[in-house]
Amino acid sequence: MTDLAKRFPFLQRRPDLRGAVVPAGLVLLWWLATALQWVDTKIVASPPAVLDAFWQAAVGGELWHNLGASLQRNLTGFVVGGLIGLAFGTLLGLSRLAERLVGPTFHAAKQIALFAWIPLLSAWFGFGEPAKVAFIALAVFYPVALNSFEGIRATRVELYEVARVLGLSRTQRLFKLVLPSAAPAIFTGLHLGLIYAWLATIGAEYFFSAGPGIGNTMIDGREHFEMDQVLYGLVVVGAVGLLLNRLAAWIETRTLAWRVRPH
Amino acid sequence: MSKTDFLTLKGVDKRFAVKDGELSVLENISLNIRQGEFISIVGGSGCGKSTLLRLLVGLEEASAGHLLLDGEPIRGTDPERGIVFQDHRLYPWLSVEDNVLLALANSPLSPAERLDTVHRHLELVGLKNFTRAYPAQLSGGMSQRVAIARGLVNRPKILLLDEPFGALDALTRAQLQEELARIWLAEGITTVLVTHDVDEAVLLGDRVVVMEPRPGRIKRIVEIDPPHPRRREDYRLAELRNDILQDFSQHQASPLLHPQHEQRAFRSYAMAW
Repeated sequence: MTDLAKRFPFLQRRPDLRGAVVPAGLVLLWWLATALQWVDTKIVASPPAVLDAFWQAAVGGELWHNLGASLQRNLTGFVVGGLIGLAFGTLLGLSRLAERLVGPTFHAAKQIALFAWIPLLSAWFGFGEPAKVAFIALAVFYPVALNSFEGIRATRVELYEVARVLGLSRTQRLFKLVLPSAAPAIFTGLHLGLIYAWLATIGAEYFFSAGPGIGNTMIDGREHFEMDQVLYGLVVVGAVGLLLNRLAAWIETRTLAWRVRPH
Repeated sequence: MSKTDFLTLKGVDKRFAVKDGELSVLENISLNIRQGEFISIVGGSGCGKSTLLRLLVGLEEASAGHLLLDGEPIRGTDPERGIVFQDHRLYPWLSVEDNVLLALANSPLSPAERLDTVHRHLELVGLKNFTRAYPAQLSGGMSQRVAIARGLVNRPKILLLDEPFGALDALTRAQLQEELARIWLAEGITTVLVTHDVDEAVLLGDRVVVMEPRPGRIKRIVEIDPPHPRRREDYRLAELRNDILQDFSQHQASPLLHPQHEQRAFRSYAMAW
């Protein structure tokens, strides 16, 4: 990397651009491969064709319609799964009894691959929107519940003794000690939940009935053998995932400012 | 006139359940402490001096005997008994100000009065310019000053100090010892200091309680007669220190089992797809 930076001085000035070298190279390769007919453009659409399909969809509005539908179910699933996961993890972390009763079942259930739930979910929720949201919520539930549980269990005994000495009530202990102490772990869970929610959103659009959604855009593209549509869908899915990840990281650093160590 | 039996311990025993049977940590501890007195408790590892302080603050319960503060039996923790631990135990997610404010969470004072009280105590420990800092931004000595402010802010009847300067470097320790002496003189609060540093015990205490280990017992109580404020280089203090050090040259204290709490690290979980 340092060699590369030396050879290209602009990379030295903008170290954030170094990460863009490989993707840019891949796009260039892709372009060359299609332009020089190394591959069949019916199977791999060329970058200009993909850009054009993207542009048409953006101007025509169906991109925003589909992306909006996906983001909405992503968010609904994330909020539902996140809230239930947080409540469940907190209960399990606070109550030894709850952990003894429900813990083993929970730890066993998390071993079940998420996709194995699909038959059961479709039996309960059908194939429409509720099933998709339930699938996303389930994907979010596990990491949030597990990390909140572990975070709460990791509350330092020494700090708990301080709460006792200061005469804090149960509610005060929860909000002044337990939850802030578990906050980094809870954020890790929510962060993972956000990533899983987006993966599950695309998955849900594949497995349940068709409807508006960015995943369905890609399914349609495949069915009509329009690879430009499949590929722009792929790029949009990746870009949205990246943005959600950045957003989560940004919120995390802002909220957990006390963790910074200056000097 | 101040009460001579403000804080009273009568025949206090403490035993911990261990794998096979019981471990006697404290045996027959009896002590009367005057109101406003500064008591130093000194002893090697395993003499139960920290356990004694945990009994006084109410984090542990005595197996036998009585502990009375101002005529009332000590039961559980109470804001009328403040403590400073060896590790500062500040909440890392709260600013300096909020850490001290936490001690007033159930105080009858109004929010404005609370803040005012907190600021006065931070000024007392010389940290009024650091109210918005987080513990991670403070040095060990500064953190311990905040812990002292937190211990004092409730105006407790007694202040308990569990090796409060044990983890600090020698220069900071000396400086904080002098500040503690100044604060104690100004506030007149009854103070019990547990330490393994004989110099510290003698410099600060009106009396020094010398303890011996296995099981923890009081060996003797030494009156430290030079009046406060004291000078570290006082000849009489050196004499008393040498006298007390004699007690420790005979038996070598070795560490005894001590409740250590594990700190578990977070793990993040991947999941099955």
